[in-house]
Amino acid sequence: MVTLAAISVANPVAARSQMGFSLGWHIVLACLGVGLPALVVFAEWRGLRTGDVAYRLLARRWAKVLGVLFAVGAVSGTILSIELGVLWSGLMSHYGQVMGLPFAIEGIAFFIEAIFLGIYLYGWDRLPPRVHLLSGIPIIVAGIASAFFVVCANAWMNTPRGFMVSGGRITRVDPWSAMFNPATGPETTHMILAALMVTGFLVASVYAVAILRGRRDRYHRLGLLVPLTGAVILTPGQIVAGDWAARMVATDQPTKLAAMEGLAKTTRGAPESLFGYFSGGKLHGAIRIPDGLSLLARLNPNATIQGLDATPPNDRPSLITVVHLSFDLMVTIGFGLLALGAWLAWSWWRRRDVPESKWFLRAVAVSGVAATLAMELGWVTTEVGRQPWIVYRVLRVASAVNPEPGIRYGYYALVAIYAVLTVITIAVLRRMTGAAPVPDAPQERDVQEYKVV
Amino acid sequence: MTLADWLAGVMWIGVTCYALFGGADFGAGFWDLLAGGDRRGDRQRRLIEHSIGPVWEANHVWLIFVLVVMWTCFPGLFGAVSSTLYIPLTLAAFGVIARGSAFAFRKTVTQTWQRRAFGAAFAASSIITPFFLGAAAGGVASGRVPPGIGTGRPVTSWWNPVSVLTGILAVVVCAYLAAVYLTGDAQRAGDPDLIAGFRLRALGAGLVAGIVAAAGLILLHQDARALYHGLLHRGLPMVVVSAVAGTASLVLLYRRRFLTARLTAAAAVTAVLWAWALAQYPQLLNPGLTISQAAATRAVLGATAISLGAGAVLLVPSLAWLYLLFQRSAPGESQAASPRP
Repeated sequence: MVTLAAISVANPVAARSQMGFSLGWHIVLACLGVGLPALVVFAEWRGLRTGDVAYRLLARRWAKVLGVLFAVGAVSGTILSIELGVLWSGLMSHYGQVMGLPFAIEGIAFFIEAIFLGIYLYGWDRLPPRVHLLSGIPIIVAGIASAFFVVCANAWMNTPRGFMVSGGRITRVDPWSAMFNPATGPETTHMILAALMVTGFLVASVYAVAILRGRRDRYHRLGLLVPLTGAVILTPGQIVAGDWAARMVATDQPTKLAAMEGLAKTTRGAPESLFGYFSGGKLHGAIRIPDGLSLLARLNPNATIQGLDATPPNDRPSLITVVHLSFDLMVTIGFGLLALGAWLAWSWWRRRDVPESKWFLRAVAVSGVAATLAMELGWVTTEVGRQPWIVYRVLRVASAVNPEPGIRYGYYALVAIYAVLTVITIAVLRRMTGAAPVPDAPQERDVQEYKVV
Repeated sequence: MTLADWLAGVMWIGVTCYALFGGADFGAGFWDLLAGGDRRGDRQRRLIEHSIGPVWEANHVWLIFVLVVMWTCFPGLFGAVSSTLYIPLTLAAFGVIARGSAFAFRKTVTQTWQRRAFGAAFAASSIITPFFLGAAAGGVASGRVPPGIGTGRPVTSWWNPVSVLTGILAVVVCAYLAAVYLTGDAQRAGDPDLIAGFRLRALGAGLVAGIVAAAGLILLHQDARALYHGLLHRGLPMVVVSAVAGTASLVLLYRRRFLTARLTAAAAVTAVLWAWALAQYPQLLNPGLTISQAAATRAVLGATAISLGAGAVLLVPSLAWLYLLFQRSAPGESQAASPRP
């Protein structure tokens, strides 16, 4: 009995760790899978329209990177489908049918992506140029669609709708209401914008580093400006989307909001608390803005905001500091990226050029990692903030996990495999970004020579 | 037939497509491993890379398709299978990861030792995944997966005579399908050495597959009497089709009718899978869970059917374009892309 009890405590921790780790790894590649096709097709389009060799070279080189990253992203996504069953058999055997529809549609979207990616990458020199360009459009549409649908499933876990339970059995299901639940709009918008921003800032940061190292030709300039402009244009929208998401959480997941804000007691005129740490039932060392939270959440400085005390201790997350700091750091990075964008916009308005200061390029150079970090922190906030529920107020993590012994060995093995995979992926990417320097006189070597795959 | 029966059929079509397309893909990795270090081995590897390059990602989406249809339409089956068989499924998943990444990475490196390392990872995982998926299937077929969450035995459910044999059969069948397809591709590339090499491999793999399948049938008589009975009654027509198509493939390969051999080889493999399904019908888990017991509510089945139908309208022409585009060789095209200097 002791052994069984030990297993039943260990499995949820191992399962959460494994799932969190593999999701956190995969999502970076998924972001690039959504954003890179748009960059590649844009560059190819400009290359066709203007004949500019720099655009054409960018398109081919970005496409080559896309091919490798999509492959690794696809397989790291496949294991997620398997892990949903292997780790969370309790969740899927009951609620699989309720949240299955968005996954089914996402599967179709992903299939279309894979097909057209094959056509696009391998058909570059077989298809007429305009047909080839158009064959890239389905990749972009399907990528955004699959991001939308897969996040619908996560949204359902936060605001579960569209089913009735009676005597422990699911009796009625409305899969469309389940899919289009209150969290769907804000979560999907926020994630899709995040994916595009992560891509834009990451790609731009590579070229920022190259320019800092002295490569100042048109190729590198475009490689910086095209993705950066896209990311910067989207950032204000992302701040608004983030606000929308937080408001939804305030309405539909008040316990999670209380954790995000470190709000111990239900308060009228609640302050906005920045940073600090949560210990002994309260928040220490935070910067407090009076009435700030009530204003943000309800547009009313006297509004009452629910605190952690409104929820029994067993029903609220235990890692309040993690949720609170992740949220605050994510928002800080978001505003930092907004400032970076404002700097670029102002400089462009004044001089039709990027800012002269090297600090601008340095900021862009770190913006890629920063945007990625913000995205991961957002996921930590929403997932750790939902604990102990796997389906908010419906099913606990501990009840959803596979009870078979030995689950933790899978976790250890996965971490080891992914550590190797990370090292190799980075090594391969560095090799690809460093290879074949751009010729000084581009007209001397025809870009057509550079096969994509 | 009920809506649930139809969707079980759709799920089984997904399994069939995965076996035919993904399976051939895995088999190509098998031959990549055995291609040898000399120049002919190099040409074999390039043919393999050339054949599967554009289509391998699309080929492997079928697995996700099957999992998603299963957890949406038959959630109880999904929960039982994935909880009890978590070890082979996890190992198969690791194989999928190693395989996809190694294949993509190999194209980006030039040094021989690096290409060999990625090649070895690609090839080894091309054997691991079919073996463990086959072992898992054997576990289900021999009645070792009870309904409920984690109620089966975590090791013996997939490490038992039937499962091991099914795992081996899966690897051999994948190798066989790949060799048949590659013979046809070698013919299109016009390389007599490659044609001869793959033809021999296809004949050998086909013979071994037949022997292993027959051995499996005998083993089922001992170990899974109910399934054996089902195969020889409701499943018998499909068993016969499989045997006939398998024999026909060997004859066609011998007589160098490679494109027709593809059809009969695919038919043989398809027939084996559907023989199993028919033999077990309407049990999903034998014993313990029927299609109607496991089925989701009608609203979910209907919504899934509509979505898959709409998806098929988009997918079928797209998939056709992909295959047609790369079945015709491009004008003046040399063997698969060599890495840039």
